[in-house]
Amino acid sequence: MTAGESAWRIGLATLAHVAVILAWHLFTTLGNVPKFVMPTPWDTVLALIQPEYRWWDNILVTAAEIYGGYLLAVGGGVLAALVFTWSRWLDAAFMPVLVSFNMIPKVALGPLFIVWFSYGLLPNALIAFSIAFFPIVLTTARGLREVEPDLLDLVRSLRGSKWQIFVKIQLPGALPYIFSGMKVAAILAVAGAIVGEFLGSDKGLGYLMLQVQVTLDTAAMFMAVILISLLGVLLYALVIVLERLVVVRDARVS
Amino acid sequence: MTEPFIRLQGVRKVYRTRGQEFLAVSEVTFDVEAGELVTMVGPSGCGKSTLLKILAGLHPHDGGSVRIGNQANPFDPSRDIGMVFQQALLLKWRRILDNVMLPAEILGLPAKASRERARDLLAMVGLAGAEDKYPYELSGGMQQRTAIARALVHDPKLVLMDEPFGALDALTREKMNLELLRIWRESRKTILFVTHGIAEAVFLATRTVVLTAGPARMADHIRIELPYPRTLDMKTTAAFGDYSRRIYHLLGME
Ligand SMILES: Nc1ncnc2c1ncn2[C@@H]1O[C@H](COP(=O)(O)OP(=O)(O)O)[C@@H](O)[C@H]1O
Ligand SMILES: [Mg+2]
Repeated sequence: MTAGESAWRIGLATLAHVAVILAWHLFTTLGNVPKFVMPTPWDTVLALIQPEYRWWDNILVTAAEIYGGYLLAVGGGVLAALVFTWSRWLDAAFMPVLVSFNMIPKVALGPLFIVWFSYGLLPNALIAFSIAFFPIVLTTARGLREVEPDLLDLVRSLRGSKWQIFVKIQLPGALPYIFSGMKVAAILAVAGAIVGEFLGSDKGLGYLMLQVQVTLDTAAMFMAVILISLLGVLLYALVIVLERLVVVRDARVS
Repeated sequence: MTEPFIRLQGVRKVYRTRGQEFLAVSEVTFDVEAGELVTMVGPSGCGKSTLLKILAGLHPHDGGSVRIGNQANPFDPSRDIGMVFQQALLLKWRRILDNVMLPAEILGLPAKASRERARDLLAMVGLAGAEDKYPYELSGGMQQRTAIARALVHDPKLVLMDEPFGALDALTREKMNLELLRIWRESRKTILFVTHGIAEAVFLATRTVVLTAGPARMADHIRIELPYPRTLDMKTTAAFGDYSRRIYHLLGME
């Protein structure tokens, strides 16, 4: 993609976003839609100046849940995949267990986590973790396994060690897969943290949404949804930037 | 008379999979002198790759004897093998020069000297200036040249090539045949070259080993007494035609 072409794409995408907001504005004003059903974009922005909603604190709490759970999932997931590829025995025994665990709707674990870890940041981060963990394990394990047999022969003909195969071929070869898992997991982690807050919490943007639902402050709910999305977008963008830095273009898996 | 560089005598290989025995190679006997370019030709499935793997020390053989190296050319099985396959199998995330470096890294050879050598080899295979490119920026023929440079970087005594030009289009293939003859002459390696192209087998070889299918066994080996340097014109000569005809005959397909 040339510089001119990407500028054109970015420009067009920005314009489309503005158009959607404009359509939203026109719909609410021209249609005389009541504010508690759908606020105008401007009403939504004004919700931010309500001090009793403690936006900043709530953003920080939700961000900590999402990013904490996510980092734990990436670290733990990659580690678990490494262990599985190092030991055929562990792989054969525990990969099926993991797949069974993956069948559990993670949201159903919420009430349990609350019993075990009480209300607050920790159980919500754990729900985010439990949702984001599996795609990372699965994609990483798959990436580590994808090695050309002939390439292995080449290394073995020089009596290369298992460790050399791992650091020179398997791990760099798995990076694109790890990133594709990380992208999927980023979106899941956000959903996990918010569901956790819905189930039980006393802080965070999800908690705030439940509070303002009672008073029908729909504008604040809109704002909370937008902020939650932005937290997700930020995470996703960071992953993509990291991927650009680490993975050669042609090797990327979309 | 001095000993040949390679001597295979009555080599047999049986694959055992799930209790089934499968005779992949039976009774292969031939010698290779140091500095020869010997081609092995035969239908697919006749055990050509298996023979190369036995020579590379990747598979044990079940009968007969395999000896590589003689007094003038001592052979170290852990570092004197270079391999080229049908696919270039370059590491997508490494630049061309770093791809060529792989065997040197695995053997722990001095980095600086190896880089110099890798550069020289890239120049020899006609890729001067491509050192910093990534594999995806190169055509199939150029990737295969890189693979050849990689097979030579640790200065092995024996280069095993398994249908290295089998995936290239016909014209590129002819060009690569000429290139290979030049590289062979300049590098003075002993090369074992597997192909299922009869013309290719005759064109390149000092000697060609003909294998037949089911159960794979050696039909004959033929000294190709065409002068070097060889030119594409030679393919239309009567002598070339005679050799080809003999091989067709041995393969039972006249
Ligand atoms: N690892 C293996 N296990 C069992 N059978 C094999 C294995 N490798 C090759 N074979 C069989 O041995 C025969 C010869 O294979 P190969 O040496 O690859 O033939 P070629 O390279 O001439 O096409 C084939 O029938 C193939 O199916
Ligand atoms: Mg083969």
